[in-house]
Amino acid sequence: MMIFSDPRTRYLLAAIVTLLVLGSVAGRFLERRASTERARATADNLVARTRAWWAMIIVFVGAEVAGAGASAILFGLISFAALREMLTLTLTRRADHHTLFAVFFLATPIQYWLIYTRAYGLFAIFIPVYAFLWVCIRSTIAGDYKDYLERVAKIYFALMVAVYFLSHAAALLDLDIPDFHHNVNLLFFLAIVVQFSDVMQYVWGKLLGTHHVAPHISPNKTWEGLVGGAISAAAAGTVLWWMTPFSPWQAAAMALVIVVMGFGGGIVMSAVKRDAGIKDYGRMIPGHGGMMDRIDSLCFAAPVFFHLTRYYFAIR
Amino acid sequence: MIAALVRLLTGAQGRWIGCAPEPIQRIYFANHSSHLDFPVIWAALPDALRARTRPVAARDYWESSWLRRYLAEDVFRAVMIDRKRQSHESPLLPMERALDAGDSLIIFPEGTRRIDEDAGLAPFKPGLYHLALHYPQVQLVPVHLENLNRILPKGEFIVLPLIAVVRFGKPLPRLADESKQEFLERARAAVAALEDAPE
Repeated sequence: MMIFSDPRTRYLLAAIVTLLVLGSVAGRFLERRASTERARATADNLVARTRAWWAMIIVFVGAEVAGAGASAILFGLISFAALREMLTLTLTRRADHHTLFAVFFLATPIQYWLIYTRAYGLFAIFIPVYAFLWVCIRSTIAGDYKDYLERVAKIYFALMVAVYFLSHAAALLDLDIPDFHHNVNLLFFLAIVVQFSDVMQYVWGKLLGTHHVAPHISPNKTWEGLVGGAISAAAAGTVLWWMTPFSPWQAAAMALVIVVMGFGGGIVMSAVKRDAGIKDYGRMIPGHGGMMDRIDSLCFAAPVFFHLTRYYFAIR
Repeated sequence: MIAALVRLLTGAQGRWIGCAPEPIQRIYFANHSSHLDFPVIWAALPDALRARTRPVAARDYWESSWLRRYLAEDVFRAVMIDRKRQSHESPLLPMERALDAGDSLIIFPEGTRRIDEDAGLAPFKPGLYHLALHYPQVQLVPVHLENLNRILPKGEFIVLPLIAVVRFGKPLPRLADESKQEFLERARAAVAALEDAPE
């Protein structure tokens, strides 16, 4: 079997793996050399990011090698881990025990199974209609009305972000686009733009950032960072147009949309953390936060990118 | 291996807030809401400490079937005590034997798993006071378990994959001239205070 039938994708992959190797080595080196608190924080940040990228590359290559079934399972596991972190923070009561069981062990697998079977019509409504109906009815049957609306709304939110939104990234592999057969490239494009934008927002913010977007929610997010990150990521997206079904201008526009939605995801999920009084969603990677901390931007960008691509480029 | 499985299942990590995981003889006392409580504390301990730490369990429950008996006796090496006091010997005797042998203990002084999720900690049973009195050299470490009542509450058998948190607090100092009630209340407050302890 030919892995990545498009040779340009192979070159890109080789370039990214080389960069990641360099990043990992640099991270180790900086970690050892770091003497001040700030240097240590920067080194930690670099190490955490490169680790997350390694994981992403593995998911991506795994999706290409093992096919749509394996990628549905991989994304399903990512959703599961993120959902676990969000629901741990969420106020739920004893009466929600069976509801939560269904959310973890029925709703999440069914959503990804629908993606695997390409049941677009059902996958697009399964969670916001059927899972939601079940959640509110099941929690009511259990007979506890204390904080009812709050509990149900929080379960809805967790299910939406961690499962429904993210599942659109896996669904990119199922789009039927004329004269385009490397759907995994769409996933690659989305992931690269989101990650690059995150990094560039951080870099531009450190260099020029003075005007905060929402200082009470995220002290690191500045307008300068956002604009700089958006321009950088749009440029990166444009350069990668050849791996997508888009023209260079369309690729730039898509990248911009991804950046804006990703920024929204980052800031929304920060607000949730602030409200819960925590810094990170979890400790999956000790000291570097949880799954949700790594995929917040991706979760918000995935559905919009999916719909734009499907509406304008795919056979519906 | 079972410890690794428990950690995977509950995502439990020990957070040593008030003391370090040192090989000192200790009595860990915690809030109680789930069957997973002692496996989670036990799994949060480093291997060397786990080998010398035994949970205290109720004989009437843990000897009621062969599986429970196997788990309690062979896996967790539990110290069995009589809640119902069928014999004349002191119910504390098995715990004292374990302490005399140099083992650490995990106990749940509330006596039973809490059901009402809105209620705070139940009043502590006096056993902890008597052990504290007779074993002044043993450290008394308060432990707070979070989310166990959501992962596996009393009366449920479905385990939810939420993330448990185990917080180990500062060893309880011994005070002279303290009544039993005052001591037990102080111990209870030490566990409750860990709920909001800063990291």
